[in-house]
Amino acid sequence: MLEIKNLHASVEGEDIEILKGVNLKVNAGEIHAIMGPNGSGKSTLAKVVSGHPEYEVTQGEILFNGEDITELDADERAHMGLFLAFQYPVEVPGITNKTLLREAYNTIARANDREELDPLEFEDYITEKLDVIEMKDQFLSRSINTGFSGGEKKKNEIFQMAVLNPVLSFLDETDSGLDIDALKVVSDGVNKIANSENAIVMITHYQRLLNYIKPDHVHVMMAGKLIKSGGFELAEELEANGYDALEKELVLNGEAQ
Amino acid sequence: MSEELSDGVKELESMIGEEYKYGFTTDVEYEDFPKGISEEIVRELSRVKEEPEWMTEFRVKAYHAWKEMEEPTWFNATYKKPDFENMLYYSAPKKKPQLDSMDDVDPNIRETYEKLGIPLEEQKMLSGVAVDAVFDSVSIFTSFKEKLAEAGVIFCSMSEAIKEHPELVKKYMASVVPVRDNFYSALNSAVFSDGSFCYIPKNTKCPMELSTYFRINNMESGQFERTLIVAEEGASVSYLEGCTAPMYDENQLHAAVVELVALDDADIKYSTIQNWYSGDENGKGGIYNFVTKRGICKGKNSHISWTQLETGSAVTLKYPSVILKGDNSVGEFYSVAVTTKKQQADTGTKMIHLGKNTKSTIISKGISAGQSNNSYRGEVKISKNATGSKNYSVCDSMLIGQECGAHTFPYISSENPSSSVEHEATTSRVGEEQIFYLMQRGISEQDAISMIINGFVKDVLKELPLEFAVEANKLLDVKLEGSVG
Ligand SMILES: Nc1ncnc2c1ncn2[C@@H]1O[C@H](COP(=O)(O)OP(=O)(O)O)[C@@H](O)[C@H]1O
Ligand SMILES: [Mg+2]
Repeated sequence: MLEIKNLHASVEGEDIEILKGVNLKVNAGEIHAIMGPNGSGKSTLAKVVSGHPEYEVTQGEILFNGEDITELDADERAHMGLFLAFQYPVEVPGITNKTLLREAYNTIARANDREELDPLEFEDYITEKLDVIEMKDQFLSRSINTGFSGGEKKKNEIFQMAVLNPVLSFLDETDSGLDIDALKVVSDGVNKIANSENAIVMITHYQRLLNYIKPDHVHVMMAGKLIKSGGFELAEELEANGYDALEKELVLNGEAQ
Repeated sequence: MSEELSDGVKELESMIGEEYKYGFTTDVEYEDFPKGISEEIVRELSRVKEEPEWMTEFRVKAYHAWKEMEEPTWFNATYKKPDFENMLYYSAPKKKPQLDSMDDVDPNIRETYEKLGIPLEEQKMLSGVAVDAVFDSVSIFTSFKEKLAEAGVIFCSMSEAIKEHPELVKKYMASVVPVRDNFYSALNSAVFSDGSFCYIPKNTKCPMELSTYFRINNMESGQFERTLIVAEEGASVSYLEGCTAPMYDENQLHAAVVELVALDDADIKYSTIQNWYSGDENGKGGIYNFVTKRGICKGKNSHISWTQLETGSAVTLKYPSVILKGDNSVGEFYSVAVTTKKQQADTGTKMIHLGKNTKSTIISKGISAGQSNNSYRGEVKISKNATGSKNYSVCDSMLIGQECGAHTFPYISSENPSSSVEHEATTSRVGEEQIFYLMQRGISEQDAISMIINGFVKDVLKELPLEFAVEANKLLDVKLEGSVG
């Protein structure tokens, strides 16, 4: 589904390379976790894959369903089924969540020759999706993320994911800012959305989230690269020994520069 | 800023700079005066308009007052001063204005209004909206007069009001904006050529929206109209003005005076969609919009609300104000001011609280793009006797691109402790992150920008009468999105 090959990316117009040769393959039905210390490039990877104009791909390619998407705009990638749950969801005053979602849903439907939903149909559809994340319907009529608490913003991202039903989702630190109850609700929601035809890449700092959403693959990111991959046990190892230990081990093995 | 984003912003800016659609001129024969201003010109103007003696004297006094006054310079804008000696103070289409039948209107002028989307034939008009069309200096046609008359509502040109309803005009004209209020109000008082007059009698709800369309056509004429709206006890009215002008390289002066009087329990809602030509990218040409607008909530429980969407003019200096004299009266100001290219706007409001328990709300949204300069200037004054009064002000600015400016100048004074004044101000930039967020959800770049802008101005546009909300959105589209789709 997604194949990232030797991906290098810099800040647009500046000589700051952040991604330094990322390789990653994600198949349908899989859940991946990318872990790594602050500043290692996890968010940048998610943004580059979703087409953030602040970054420029200088080398390598991103194949999505076999198509190289590096030159596509963010909305075109979204039409193909790519979704990013933001680490810091953005406030857009004056436009309600519902307006955004109906516009987004129908734009994506149009791009894929699927039928659009009229306002009444959409009302039913979206109400049903509220349950996925145990959200109250008053969220729908509030301006996008405006005045939401940190936890509400994160929940809202997963709600949007449920509504747009993407093929591949990056969840960037969705767990941070959530208390334990909210974390459970959000994880349940993600587990309900996950199926054999879609895929999820979770970006997280801590193992905490992975206890609720079990990844099939765990990757460790450091200094702009995925330096180690493994199963769930890799997450446990990191939790026990920390990133420093891993880095030392890799240096000893001559695997990191 | 990234290249792609700055492309985005450039695209947005070019959309904003979208060709001005109303910039055509109409070929009509004019009856003009010699250029320049003098007591003779003022007297001649009054004579041509067949005005009564008292009106002539009013003008002459105003002219002499104006001669002594200095042109103001305190605002945040720089421009070449209008040349008062090289201006036409009266310019009317030769064909006799204010006609009884549409068929008598010069076909060219009729076509002009058609092109502007304002057909003058009643059957083609928005139902429920009566229109007074002012072409250069003169009211051309007022529709639905009979229907309004049935309700006792007077809606006619100012020239006609001076002749037909002198007692009302004498009583209220210059009662809210005194002749000497400022340089431009004095000039207007001397040379105003026409405008609209509305009078809503006691306990009458005006049966339809009233509106005036101002059109400047003649290149050398200034436009000085005067509008007076009086709502008697328990009366209510909603009034809208729209303005367009052709594109000329020379600046043209528009110096209007608008006065609103609301008696006990009366309600006046005054909306403006101002889209005068704003000059080209280099700041050449465009209208100077120096307008004095003021309402007085004279009676208790009265209500005056100003709503404006200001997108045009090269330079705008305009502060629609409310004097809250009656106890429990309410004043509101809702404004969206958009400046692009080299436009300069210094606009805002004044809320003067005199009565007890008076309330005012100010919601001002400024959008600046290009190399424009957009200033909000607002005064809230709560006098000693205005106990229990409240003001709430929000003034938000949005910047598009890096070369424009937004400024906020609040002046707040409260002379009693039982009153409260709340002022909030924010400045934001149409951000890369907002655009990316919406695009990530599948929305196109243009739609994302348009959503952000619409969200920003929503609180103001929802105050416009329903019939005009569509028009306002269209105008914003032209000004801000243009080539979407
Ligand atoms: N636009 C940018 N300009 C300059 N540096 C950036 C920019 N975006 C990210 N970086 C830098 O790239 C590195 C990786 O950032 P990020 O991807 O947010 O890390 P993570 O999500 O792993 O914490 C950090 O050092 C960050 O400061
Ligand atoms: Mg991050």
